[in-house]
Amino acid sequence: MDQFFFAAEVLANGLMTGVMYALVALGFVLIFKASGVFNYAQGVLALFAALTLVGIQQGQIPFAHLINAAFGTSLHHFGWTVPAVLAIALTAGVMVALAFLIEKLVLQHLVGQEPIILFMATIGLAYFLEGLGDVMWGADIKTLDVGLPQGISDAIEGTTAEWFGYGFFIDRLDIWATLIAALLVAALVAFAQYTKQGRAMRAVADDHQAALSVGISLRFIWVMVWSIAGFVALVAGIMWGTKSGVQFSLSLIALKALPVLMLGGFTSIPGAIVGGLIIGVGEKLFEFFIGPMVGGATENWFAYVLALIFLVFRPQGLFGERIIERV
Amino acid sequence: MLYREAGDFKTTYRDDGQTFPIRLDRWGYYVTLAVAFGIIPFVINDYWASAVFVPFLIYAIAALGLNILTGYAGQVSLGTGGFMAVGAYAVYKLMTAFPDISIVIHILLAGGITAMVGVLFGLPSLRIKGFYLAVATLAAQFFLVWLFNKVPWFYNYSASGQITAPERTILGHAVTGPASTASAKYLICLVFVFALAWIARNLTRGTLGRKWMAIRDMDIAAEIIGVNPLTAKLSAFAVSSFFIGIAGALLFAVYLGAAEVGEAFGINKSFLVLFMVIIGGLGSIFGSFAGAAFMVMMPVFLKNVLVGSLGWPTDLAAHIELMIVGALIVMFLIVEPHGLARLWSLTKEKLRLWPFPH
Repeated sequence: MDQFFFAAEVLANGLMTGVMYALVALGFVLIFKASGVFNYAQGVLALFAALTLVGIQQGQIPFAHLINAAFGTSLHHFGWTVPAVLAIALTAGVMVALAFLIEKLVLQHLVGQEPIILFMATIGLAYFLEGLGDVMWGADIKTLDVGLPQGISDAIEGTTAEWFGYGFFIDRLDIWATLIAALLVAALVAFAQYTKQGRAMRAVADDHQAALSVGISLRFIWVMVWSIAGFVALVAGIMWGTKSGVQFSLSLIALKALPVLMLGGFTSIPGAIVGGLIIGVGEKLFEFFIGPMVGGATENWFAYVLALIFLVFRPQGLFGERIIERV
Repeated sequence: MLYREAGDFKTTYRDDGQTFPIRLDRWGYYVTLAVAFGIIPFVINDYWASAVFVPFLIYAIAALGLNILTGYAGQVSLGTGGFMAVGAYAVYKLMTAFPDISIVIHILLAGGITAMVGVLFGLPSLRIKGFYLAVATLAAQFFLVWLFNKVPWFYNYSASGQITAPERTILGHAVTGPASTASAKYLICLVFVFALAWIARNLTRGTLGRKWMAIRDMDIAAEIIGVNPLTAKLSAFAVSSFFIGIAGALLFAVYLGAAEVGEAFGINKSFLVLFMVIIGGLGSIFGSFAGAAFMVMMPVFLKNVLVGSLGWPTDLAAHIELMIVGALIVMFLIVEPHGLARLWSLTKEKLRLWPFPH
C-alpha cells in the first residue's frame, strides 16, 4: 500500500514538472507555428529573462563585470531594489525589445532560407544570449524571489494524511506554477481566437503568402510572436528560477522541451501541454520504478527515448498535422 | 592571371574527373601535403600541437563524418558527442583488453563499433525526418553518455569513473600516454585525417555519395528513381559514425589522455561539430577542414587577445567568447549560408579573372 501512495505522490510531482516542461514547449510551438522557425533559443530566453529579472530587482548594474575589467573600476550595484511587479513589467519590456532586435537583426535577413539554416541561427542566438546574459549580469547562481509561496504545502499534507493515512509532499510553488500555466494557456488561446492580432497570427501560421495578400504585416506578427514567446519564457524563467535558482542549467530545460514537442506535435498548443504532462509523469514514474534497477538518473534520457519510440509509430506526434509529402 | 585553367588540356576522362582539375589547386594540394608531412612534424612543439594542430586534425575527422551524414545525406544529427564517446570507450576497452595488438587496429575497430551503434540509432531515420530526427538523435546523445556513466564495466571499475589511456607505441614511438611527443601525436592524427579524407572524397563522388545526395534532395523522389532509402540512409549513418568514432577514439587516446564522459562528450561537443560543418559548408570536404580550423583556432585567438593582451579575467573572456561565437554563427548564416567552402570557391572565381575583371 505504501508503494502505491509513493507512486501516487511521484505521479503528482510528475504532473507538476510536466506543467513546467509544457510552459517552455509552449514558447516553441508559438514561434514554430507563426514563422516556421524552430527556436532552440527558447530555453536561453527563459534564462535571460530570469537573469534580467533578478538583475533589475536587485538593482545590479548591467555589464558591471565588463566595465570593471575594461576601466579598472569596481561597480556592482545601484544600491536600490525594485518591487517585484515593477521588475517583472520592466523585464517584459526588455523581452519585447529583444524580440524586436531579433527580428530586425536576424530573422529579417533569413527569410526564405531552409528550416535547418533558421534552426542553426537560433542556436547561434542561444549562444549569444547566454554569453550576453552572463556578461550583463554575472555568471554566479542567483536566487529569484518574486513573492511566490514556496515550501511543502501543509494543507495538502494534512488533508491527505487524514484521508489516506499518508501525507503527500507537494511543493506549493508547483501548485502555483500549475495555476499560472493554466491561466497563461487560457489567455493565449483567448488571444488567438478572439482578438484581431490573434486572428492575424493564426492566418500567418496557416499560409504566409495568403496572409500577406490580405494585408497582414509579417514583420509585425513575427515581432509579436517573439514577444509573446519572450513573455512565456519570462514566466517559465520565474517558475524554474524560483524552484532551482537562476543558473546556466535553466537553459537546458529547452532540451527537455524538445521531446515534449515531438510527442505533442510541433504545431499544436494542446499537444505541448499533453506532451509535457506525459513526459513529466513518465520520467518520474520510470525513475521511481525502473531507475533503482539500472543505477538511477534515467531522467537524463528517458524523455528522448520515449519520444523516439513514440515517433517511430506516429511520426507527426500526438496532435501534429499529418505530414503529407509530394514529389 | 596566375590561377586559371586555360592551357590545362584534359585528354582523358580520368584527367577530367580528378579531384583537383585545375593545375594550381593540384600543386597547392601537394605542397600542403608536403608541408604537413615533411616540415611540421620536425618543428612542432607541445603548445602548437595541443592548442591547434592535434585538436584541428581530430575535429576535422569528426566534421567530415558529420558532413557525410548531414551535408551529403541530409540527416541532421545532434548525437555526435555520444558517438564520439562510443569511439573513445571502445578504444579504451580494446586497449586495456588486448594490450599486445597495435593501437591503429584498435582505433579502426573502435570506428567499426561506433558504426554499428550509429546504424542502430539511425534506424528511426527511416520513419522520422527533419527536425523530428534531429531531436531523436538527442536520445542517442543522452542515453549513451548516461550508459558510460552508469555501467562501471565501461570504465573498468575505476574509482574516479574516468578512463585513462595507457601508453601504446607505434614503431617504437609512444603515441598515447604522458611519454608521447608532440610530433608523434600530430603524425598519427595526420595519417588518419589523410586516409579518411581520401576515403570521404572518393565515397561522396561515387555511387554511394550520389545516392546520399539524392536522398538529401528529396527522399521520396530518390526512392522512385530506384535509390533504396534503407541502404542509403543506414550506410550514411554507418560511414559517418565510423569517422566520428575514430575522431572520438583519437580525441580520448591521443589528445586528452584521460576523459570523463559527461564533460568530454556532452551535448556541447555535438553542437561544436555541427557548427564546424555549418560554418565550413554543408556537403563539402574542404568545408569540413575549414570549419574545424575556424572553430579550433578562434577560441585560442580570442583567449590570446582578451586574456593575454587585455588582461581580462578568464571567466569574462569565456562569456565574451560565447557571444562572439554566437554572433559569428548568425552572421555567417546571413552573409553566406553555404559556409567557408562557398566563400573559398567565390574567391577562386574572382581570382580567375584577376587582375583584369572585364
